[in-house]
Amino acid sequence: MDLMEYQAKELFAKHGVPVTLGKTVETAADARAAAEEIGGVVVVKAQVKAGGRGKAGGVKLAKTPEEAEEHAANILGMEIKGLTVNRVLVVPAESIEDEYYFSFLLDRSNRSYLCIASVEGGVEIEEVAKTNPDAVKKIPINAGTGVDEAMAIAIVDEAQFPAELRDQAISLVQQLWTVFVEEDATLVEVNPLARLAGDKLEALDGKVSLDENAEFRHQDHAAFEDKDAADPLEAKAKAKGLNYVKLDGAVGIIGNGAGLVMSTLDVVAYAGEKHGGVTPANFLDIGGGANAQVMADGLDVILNDEQVKSVFVNVFGGITACDEVANGIVGALDILGDEASKPLVVRLDGNNVEAGRRILEEANHPLVTLVDTMDGAADKAAELANSERHSA
Amino acid sequence: MSIYLNKDSRIIVQGMTGGMGSKHTTLMVEAGSNIVGGVNARKAGTSVELGGKDLPVFGSVKEAMTETGADVSVVFVPPAFTKDACIEAIDAGIGLLVVITEGVPVQDTAEVWAYLDGKQTRMIGPNCPGIITPEESLAGITPHTIAGKGPIGLVSKSGTLTYQMMFELKDHGFTTAIGIGGDPVVGTSHIDALEAFENDPDTLAIVMIGEIGGDAEERAADYIRDHVTKPVVGYVAGFTAPEGKTMGHAGAIVSGSSGTAQAKKEALEAAGVKVGKTPSETASLIRAILEAR
Repeated sequence: MDLMEYQAKELFAKHGVPVTLGKTVETAADARAAAEEIGGVVVVKAQVKAGGRGKAGGVKLAKTPEEAEEHAANILGMEIKGLTVNRVLVVPAESIEDEYYFSFLLDRSNRSYLCIASVEGGVEIEEVAKTNPDAVKKIPINAGTGVDEAMAIAIVDEAQFPAELRDQAISLVQQLWTVFVEEDATLVEVNPLARLAGDKLEALDGKVSLDENAEFRHQDHAAFEDKDAADPLEAKAKAKGLNYVKLDGAVGIIGNGAGLVMSTLDVVAYAGEKHGGVTPANFLDIGGGANAQVMADGLDVILNDEQVKSVFVNVFGGITACDEVANGIVGALDILGDEASKPLVVRLDGNNVEAGRRILEEANHPLVTLVDTMDGAADKAAELANSERHSA
Repeated sequence: MSIYLNKDSRIIVQGMTGGMGSKHTTLMVEAGSNIVGGVNARKAGTSVELGGKDLPVFGSVKEAMTETGADVSVVFVPPAFTKDACIEAIDAGIGLLVVITEGVPVQDTAEVWAYLDGKQTRMIGPNCPGIITPEESLAGITPHTIAGKGPIGLVSKSGTLTYQMMFELKDHGFTTAIGIGGDPVVGTSHIDALEAFENDPDTLAIVMIGEIGGDAEERAADYIRDHVTKPVVGYVAGFTAPEGKTMGHAGAIVSGSSGTAQAKKEALEAAGVKVGKTPSETASLIRAILEAR
């Protein structure tokens, strides 16, 4: 889960990283009040989980509370990379003398962590990485031993922080490391890490990604979820414990196992090339135990997607037996009754496939078409979606 | 022959007495695996009957190994306890550690990976279906009824795609099929499995299944170009996955322009690997290679 700047800064503050929290508000009037309270020149910053906020016009300097209100009015509701801005952060404007870049991240390739630091960079880090790669230091971190004081010193010296900032930087590196490990992050990034007047180091921005698998030991992380931004169908699926991602197409997909479902989306997209370019409407993995209730929940979410014109149920019975899945489909159609209104193409294979197919044939539901192969079923589902689209 | 697992493997199960553990221990016994016991400190000294076999429960992995000569452990314990279970097994000197558990925090896995350095244990997983050497042994949850023995080596990130591909190629069969897991950090990589299959005389062709996220497939492509002489056919899932969304597996995410299925396919093709558009087409490619021999 990616955090917004103000959330990242809350975690920074919790672990002692020097940061100015400011005020996060949801209306222009509150932005004005926040600016009055803070006093002096402030910065109004869009809070969305996307980079490039400044370039999109989502970060503005305000000399007066009136100006802060005006900027907030413009920024709130703005779309940045497809995300609507629902809140702004108001912080005091700082006098920045220099900008640096610092991050800890999960390094999948080396199955460990990496520290990236640059005293040349700041917000232009990607440009620096291209034009002067030597200035961007990449320091591997051993996941067993982590970052103690000696490692923090080694990092600060390799990154060549100015001598007068060395002690502050050593502390800050250890504090950021604490954020990384204690919060189970996969990314902790400070960009810019600023040198303010009086040689003071401060995290002026923050980006944190948290590991959702670690939520069981971080009850407080659930509060970071951005419920406003969630797609309503995704929110509904999540409430039912389903693994669902909304896409843009017309063929609803239900399958078992993440890999097989991803593959099903691809196969439908290929098949769609021959049928008016229809594409998959969603990712939905119902996992191993595809009983009637799970199948009904899944179908319920998919059939509520107005873009969906046909549904492809693709199940390989591994541990799950196909007869259970078939009973699940029949049961789900019973539960849904008239709500089930789109054609369903079903492909079953694997464990107890004959029994599964027999159950569906005997049920003889008018909406269900049984197809033997994954490719054939994808083709049928795409064809149906395309013809439904034209008849609609 | 096979890789990592054969009929002589002696398997214990950490978490054997739990729901998942007992269900799949039964299935492993039915698959012919030589399951020799389980580990649960609170139930040490008792025994459980699973799949018609009376299986002793030991207080620790070390004790289980001493008493039974076990060299493989399959882990079904919940995510919060997986790290400790792995470290216990590594300390006891287990040869092969197969971690089925889904939902392990990635920092726990990274820590276990660091701990493995210099140790004799090979870890497979976490978040994987495990490994099967058909007609010999199963350490994991892959249904043993899908396919029998044959000349194909299979390595995949995904469980159900492993099953699908074994099903498509059941007429030829497999030396070993290994699911390495869908997490961002896993103990055995595509490259490890490719190296083992290259060195296994009975493996005549290799199927490698990848998916979006990370650069494991790209690095495997480099490895294939430089080190693998046997024919390899690839499949990559996730061409239609949007950027920034986790697709079921914790590791299956396209970040910015990295980790895309297209990039992986191109890297594999540049290394001379034929890549199927669908699982069926992938199966046809490998079938053509085997039948042309």
